[in-house]
Amino acid sequence: MANVKRSPWLLHYDGSSCNGCDIEVLASLTPVYDAERFGVINTGDPMQADIFLITGGVNTQNAKTVKQLYDQMPRPKVVVAVGVCACTGGVFKDCYNILGGADTVIPVDIYVPGCAARPQAIIDGIVQAVELFEKRSKEHDEKVRSQKKGSEVA
Amino acid sequence: MGKRSVIPFGPQHPVLPEPIHIDLVIEDEKVVEAIPSVGFIHRGLESLVDKRDYNQMTYVVERTCGICSFQHGMGYCEAMEHVFGVDVPARAKYLRTIWAELGRMHSHLLWLGLLADGFGYENLFYQCWRVREKVLDMQEMTSGGRLIFSVNKVGGVIKDIEKEKLDIILKTMDEVEEELTVIKDTFLLDYSVQSRLQGVGIVTKEQAHDLGCAGPFARASGIRTDMRKLGYAAYPDLDFEPIISATGDSYARCYCRIMEIFQSIDLIRQAIGKIPNETDLFTPVKGNPDGEYFMRVEQPRGEAVYYVKASGKQYLDRFRVRTPTFANLPGLCEMLKNTQLSDVGLLVLTIDPCISCTER
Ligand code: SF4
Repeated sequence: MANVKRSPWLLHYDGSSCNGCDIEVLASLTPVYDAERFGVINTGDPMQADIFLITGGVNTQNAKTVKQLYDQMPRPKVVVAVGVCACTGGVFKDCYNILGGADTVIPVDIYVPGCAARPQAIIDGIVQAVELFEKRSKEHDEKVRSQKKGSEVA
Repeated sequence: MGKRSVIPFGPQHPVLPEPIHIDLVIEDEKVVEAIPSVGFIHRGLESLVDKRDYNQMTYVVERTCGICSFQHGMGYCEAMEHVFGVDVPARAKYLRTIWAELGRMHSHLLWLGLLADGFGYENLFYQCWRVREKVLDMQEMTSGGRLIFSVNKVGGVIKDIEKEKLDIILKTMDEVEEELTVIKDTFLLDYSVQSRLQGVGIVTKEQAHDLGCAGPFARASGIRTDMRKLGYAAYPDLDFEPIISATGDSYARCYCRIMEIFQSIDLIRQAIGKIPNETDLFTPVKGNPDGEYFMRVEQPRGEAVYYVKASGKQYLDRFRVRTPTFANLPGLCEMLKNTQLSDVGLLVLTIDPCISCTER
């Protein structure tokens, strides 16, 4: 966590979760657990978000929505799957309408286990996501810089 | 007449953590019609009955909804117990009542917080959730899980709450009551809150009755309905009256839920006072279920119905759950008509929607 320069914004979307993980995500943002002390803040707008928290598996109806939300987020971005449902499909894996975990439609970086995932685990996931985001931002900046240099030389 | 246009609400919307999509047909700023579309969260868990046996189904049913998870498990188990024709030990019934009421408290506190956030009182939102954490601590202390605690089993419960823990619950109830009394005044007496809630989204008694509304939504419109009065778990031994209000607006719904938290505190106190000393926590069930049953349970959001059908096999033939939000959606769409666009978010909240229950 040392030397994190940015304050990433969080977007939370409820795939087809049972609500258990959702309210734990909310609980980890409230002052008792206070994930916001790591510099993140919850937003409702995908276009301003850097970290995508997804709870619940993906079904035929919401696959499109999940994909769309992911695409709307600016690069670089990090995806955290919260709860076993989002990781693999969990208890509902065998249901006819469930396609699987969140990684069936979007690339997932961090998996948070638990049913329901505990706020401590979610915060752990968020902290890892913040670090990863920092790393990716640096790489992204470098890439942009070298591209700029390239175009100046040309 | 102004120009008509359609504004989509959801599935991803800041007011609600859950996905529901409503197409709002508006005329200037006024909503003329609300057309919901659902299915974003449908899993089809009822179909799991052919892959999980009746004992395993308890855990699947609990995951219908993470907020009222205990009550889902309880409704299913009570239905199965009727199919088997077994009697649950009295202590287990009281334990179920205590857990169910703790669940109701945390659900209502969660809702109050979301409502406060909905009308822009962020601090109040945090206060409600802070108090809610105390209730969650009680759930965690007694069962090991914060939200989903899997203590139900066909025939009874699998965990006991010891005397010392009951005392801790009683002490916490006093604290929660004290803090809630302070919070209550902001919700019910604050001038700005009143102007945001009073007279908005009125559902009359006739409308609520015709549209088949359930739970606090119906009670706020003056319908005396409370499935706990049917007498499952230990409710027949406890003394309580359904809380009703007559006006049917957002304020009435807020009032009913706040008062129900106090009622739950009272019910927990009564249950702890009367809990019998037994060592048996469950009656073993033998063989496979045969028969069908229809069970009604009062959840935080209203009446939930469980239907089970078995034909002497380990796997059930059919399991069905009708959840309160499903009953309340027609009421919601009726209520949204002729309201201002800016009120929609708050009005959707006031029925306390639980979409994951609805779509299962
Ligand atoms: S992991 Fe468990 S608590 Fe979380 S959404 Fe899935 S079933 Fe619900």
